[in-house]
Amino acid sequence: MSKEKIQFKTNVVIRFAGDSGDGIQLTGTQFTTSTALAGNDLATYPDYPAEIRAPAGTIAGVSGFQLHFGSDEVHTSGDYCDVLVVMNAAALKANLNHLKKGGIIIANEDGFDEKNLRLAKYPDGVNPIQDDSLEEYQVHIVPVTKLTRECLKDSGLGVRDMDRSKNMFVLGLLYYMYNRSMDPTITFLESKFAKKPEVGEANIKAMKAGYSFADTTEIQNGRFEVKAAPMEKGTYRSIMGNQATAFGLIAAGCRANLPVYYATYPITPASDILHELSRHKNFGVVTVQAEDEISAVASAIGASFGGSLAVTASAGPGISLKTEAISLATIYEIPLVVCDIQRAGPSTGLPTKMEQADLMQAIYGRPGEAPLPVVAATSPADCFDAVFEACRIALEFMTPVFFLSDGYLANGAEPWRFPSMADLREIKVGFANEGDTDDGVYLPYKRDERLVRKWALPGTPGLEHRIGGLEKEDVTGNVSYDPENHEKMVKIRQQKVNNIADHIPLQELDSGPEKGELLVVGWGSTYGTIKAALKQLRAEGVDVAHAHLRYLNPFPRNLGELIKNYDQVLVPEINNGQLVRLIRDQFLYPAIPYNKIKGQPFAVAEIKNKVWELLKK
Amino acid sequence: MSSTQIPENTSNFTSKDLVSDQDIRWCPGCGDYSILKQVQKVLPELGLKKENIVFVSGIGCSSRFPYYMNTYGMHTIHGRATSIATGLKVSRPELSVWVVTGDGDSLSIGGNHFIHTLRKNPNLNILLFNNEIYGLTKGQFSPTSPEGKVTKSSPMGSVEHPFNPLALALGADATFVARSMDRDPKHLQAMIRRSAGHEGTSLLEIYQNCNVFNDGAFFAYTDRATKTDRALFLEHGRPLLFGEGNKKGIRLVDGCHPQVVDVEKEGLSESDLWIHDEKDSLKAGLLARLPENQGNGEGEFPSAFGVFYAVERYCLEGAVRLQIEKARERMGEGDLDALIRGDHVWEIK
Repeated sequence: MSKEKIQFKTNVVIRFAGDSGDGIQLTGTQFTTSTALAGNDLATYPDYPAEIRAPAGTIAGVSGFQLHFGSDEVHTSGDYCDVLVVMNAAALKANLNHLKKGGIIIANEDGFDEKNLRLAKYPDGVNPIQDDSLEEYQVHIVPVTKLTRECLKDSGLGVRDMDRSKNMFVLGLLYYMYNRSMDPTITFLESKFAKKPEVGEANIKAMKAGYSFADTTEIQNGRFEVKAAPMEKGTYRSIMGNQATAFGLIAAGCRANLPVYYATYPITPASDILHELSRHKNFGVVTVQAEDEISAVASAIGASFGGSLAVTASAGPGISLKTEAISLATIYEIPLVVCDIQRAGPSTGLPTKMEQADLMQAIYGRPGEAPLPVVAATSPADCFDAVFEACRIALEFMTPVFFLSDGYLANGAEPWRFPSMADLREIKVGFANEGDTDDGVYLPYKRDERLVRKWALPGTPGLEHRIGGLEKEDVTGNVSYDPENHEKMVKIRQQKVNNIADHIPLQELDSGPEKGELLVVGWGSTYGTIKAALKQLRAEGVDVAHAHLRYLNPFPRNLGELIKNYDQVLVPEINNGQLVRLIRDQFLYPAIPYNKIKGQPFAVAEIKNKVWELLKK
Repeated sequence: MSSTQIPENTSNFTSKDLVSDQDIRWCPGCGDYSILKQVQKVLPELGLKKENIVFVSGIGCSSRFPYYMNTYGMHTIHGRATSIATGLKVSRPELSVWVVTGDGDSLSIGGNHFIHTLRKNPNLNILLFNNEIYGLTKGQFSPTSPEGKVTKSSPMGSVEHPFNPLALALGADATFVARSMDRDPKHLQAMIRRSAGHEGTSLLEIYQNCNVFNDGAFFAYTDRATKTDRALFLEHGRPLLFGEGNKKGIRLVDGCHPQVVDVEKEGLSESDLWIHDEKDSLKAGLLARLPENQGNGEGEFPSAFGVFYAVERYCLEGAVRLQIEKARERMGEGDLDALIRGDHVWEIK
């Protein structure tokens, strides 16, 4: 070990790429866990194809996982990578444009045989790892497949099973390079393959072989060291967005003292919330995989009438199917949390790629005048707080609420200084009790000063009442076709949602001056990129303000005033301009859109360039 | 795994208590009035607490039903009542949940939820008002309208083949399938009682007269001149008999081919006939399609009324509760702090 020279780095971006069947996502998440435990700040970005197993060796089948970690604050998964790990020729071809000039390529030599080169559509006779086309990079060619088979030759496994461990060989190699402990992965493999210990052992052996190979061959002219990041004091864990969403729902159930009822239909990228919740039935969580999206939301509405914290989730295409039922919850005025884990659309679109294009659907996408609150998460860990807040608003204001996340947050990971149950606010539910009647009659649409009605649960004697999708008479809830009453009820339902602005925090600046030349207003998963871009600009002498919205409907009370403190307002979004329209509409302020619609997050450099462009004018 | 136990004689209400203060807006003469009345008559006999009863409906004429019942109720959206009721029942197994729906609501727009509800078998009581027409939208053909039915939307006759609701339900593995009609109050009451007593999803198809758009669609089963030949009433363990003085019977040739026979003329005893067995799914299927058989020498086949099929299978809500209990046994009561913390943490000091 003494022979090597250790180079210190403040941050590193590694991109793993290979066939969808190569275990790339697993390799990436394992490296993430070990890196988190080493105390680095980090952000990840899985970039995988919609096809489960596109033909092996083709560009269509390439799955990627990018991890950015550092000894400083990390806000994004990185624009470009420092290290590109490719398991085959297609992975190199599809990802070379993500690698920095001078970056490191670790290539599995066995993935560049004639067949793989042909499948990756390299011209006859061309092998990029043998010619000089990669001259400006540091290329390390490792016969990963061959070495994995060699080290497992006595394992008794067949060649196919041996080859499944080659990702672990690569993982071991990288663990050596970045001086990471193999222990968390050993623990993971032992538990994952508890029932097939021979497979678990093979994987561990392959990982150790990769580690030793890097050690003995001095693959990197030394090793890299990324010191722990100076993070706020506390206890941390690594968390992914969908997992944080699931935990947030369970936490809200605990703090409201209600059972969680989660009904959904599998869809990318929302399904992992269902998978996570279904493992925690000891919290009394009911998970339902319904026959379709409509049945999922409908059964959640039934459970809400029964007194559960009712939740449904989907991505854009599924949300559109739930539309009519959500409008029913709006006119019922019962709690319902609708999680929209957005993906690139319209229609099936790019199912595994991210986009923020469902904001208008969330705010307006229902028949009739059907307003409801909308809350968005800003980072993987923030999904916990944001969905908790969505549940609070739904339960305390008797309304359906949209929670917006997206594919980038759902599958991304970051360190999380997690709260304890005692830190979480109590959610106060307004049930109607026996005897809450007027002259012996229960009035289901009688309201408090916030215009919120009470939640009367079946089983409570004397509160028998009917709710329906037909317009209801004010106070009594009886069916009413009276034109004056309809207008009144539409206004009341709107006012009730507007009033929620009195019960959410005022908008604060994330950074920057309180008045000035430029304010960047973002929402959702662009948070980290905008933050990182403005931080770099500040270091370069340009002080631009940043406000990031959690509450999209209603807006915080002070947002209009805040915006007017700046000469220009820039609204970057991964869509064709949605928040920017809402800001223009509500505040008559000529906010400037900046849009990227490529199924990928903004790069830090893109935001910086846009800011420079505006400041030059 | 049954959930709702129905204790006897502990009802805290009478039929009158079930009448809501809302004016009924069905057309005068509609079959729905009779169904409402029979439901209000039977419910107090079931030993339920009024506050534990919930009526859930979809959209259509029949779906106004909950507004007229002084119980908890939900008038929902088109086709989704079964799903909403399932969510309610799973979240609150102790409630007595009734679904009121129609042929358009459950067999057309809500067909998917209908079949999936039956297979999942939550303990719901589904009252399917079948009038073979769309009433609320003013007279278009429905998925149960016969071929060639002339309606506003099919002036040359419907080109579609209809669903047989009970055959569909049996195909979806329903555990309780029965039929009655609005114009036979006694029988309807008996069937409502049986439906309520069934642990699992009970499907009761009710032939219901739409006197405005499809008047008389089912009169053959109640008119004095025709009813004995056209309606056959099922009783478990009893032979299939019908016709004037129960002189006609049905026997099964080769075990699966129904044949109408004249019991007296052929000197047959009861044991020669098809003995009704509610537990026999194959025979229930034959019964559901009985009138589709070509008549033979002794006349046309009647339609059957009564309980076609009734078997026990675990209820959805019970299975859901059982898993929660098992999870608690295995992992202990949920501990939020432990969950959030997970297995891998690190300290920043």
